[in-house]
Amino acid sequence: MSDVGAGSAADASTAFLDRLLKAGVLIPMGADGVYGRGAVFEHILEGLDALATRAGAGDGAERVRFPPVMVRRHFEHSGYMKGFPQLAGTIHCFCGDERAHRALLRCMEAGEDWTTGQAASDVVLTPAACYEVYPMLAARGGLPEAGALVDVMSWCFRHEPSTEPTRMQLFRMREYVRVGTPAQVEAFRMDWMQRAVALIESLGLPHTIEVANDPFFGRPGKLQADIQRSQQLKFELLVPVNDGAEPTACLSFNDHQNHFGALWGVATPDGAVAHSGCVAFGLERLTLALLRRHGLDPATWPTPVRGVLWRP
Amino acid sequence: MGQQATEGAIREILATHGRLNRPAAEVKSDADLFAVGLDSQAVVNVMLAIEERFDFEFPEDRLTRETFTTIGSIAQIIASAGASA
Repeated sequence: MSDVGAGSAADASTAFLDRLLKAGVLIPMGADGVYGRGAVFEHILEGLDALATRAGAGDGAERVRFPPVMVRRHFEHSGYMKGFPQLAGTIHCFCGDERAHRALLRCMEAGEDWTTGQAASDVVLTPAACYEVYPMLAARGGLPEAGALVDVMSWCFRHEPSTEPTRMQLFRMREYVRVGTPAQVEAFRMDWMQRAVALIESLGLPHTIEVANDPFFGRPGKLQADIQRSQQLKFELLVPVNDGAEPTACLSFNDHQNHFGALWGVATPDGAVAHSGCVAFGLERLTLALLRRHGLDPATWPTPVRGVLWRP
Repeated sequence: MGQQATEGAIREILATHGRLNRPAAEVKSDADLFAVGLDSQAVVNVMLAIEERFDFEFPEDRLTRETFTTIGSIAQIIASAGASA
């Protein structure tokens, strides 16, 4: 991140990033949107993760954790490349023989493009935490009467390099995913919007909830975004983080309708295509919102906020 | 190309790409397409097929749910762009 700071003092969002880097809260790695996390950052994030666990305790969610990759076969089937080709990260590997290896090393030494011979592996980087949940449920067969509730968390990758600290290329997303009848999914989403507001207020963060859309690609994406908004399929809870910029979406409440159910063949007991929805916590963004609101030293934060994050 | 021919071409495209739950030929010009099964995935394929068939691009501010709600409203945008099949 050697370019950050030089001549960017007027950019308020970069100024916040500069403070985080100077304090060692984030650690520069040399690419925009890719940072190491210092102890303070992780302490806060772990508190938030535990808070998300407590907020969902008693609902009986099945806890699963996947590595931060999707099987490429599932990724292709998910349709992610239709809507978000600009954000996807695929994993390519060297699969050649010794001769090809020598050619590759010569290429690197000469400073030429050595990546052209890399071949696509059978995994891609996870774009959203819930994407492997649907094939998992589909493989189990039909849903029980109560539907499914899954607690999932993953590192996610999105290729959108930025100097806004709230727009990282790699970040952790914690989700509760509800799969069942349309009524079950809508009740879940409404319930979580209320729970999330109470949770954010307990953290002393100013917030609003607004209708939102996903960043669909291209001209067809404009149409998809308008449809998503007109049907209120996505709400976001926004918190001011970057000075002089729009508030940042820290949680989202999504109704996928029957999209994933139809795609993966997940059915309710009466044979209907299952609906799904999720509440997603952007753990990095929430951490940054707290740092922005209460300062870079959690020891000085209001006692009630500390009590919510770190149970004695 | 007259209004009727334009709407006929749109119905053909809906039959191929719209995944409607009834024959597109039976859908009236002012009927809500989303109420007869058009969804957010299929509508994109319909949009792209219309652009190809009529060799035009929907203006960006018309890439909305409202435009694609009825066969009549789609035909109107095509007519106002002076496009023809």
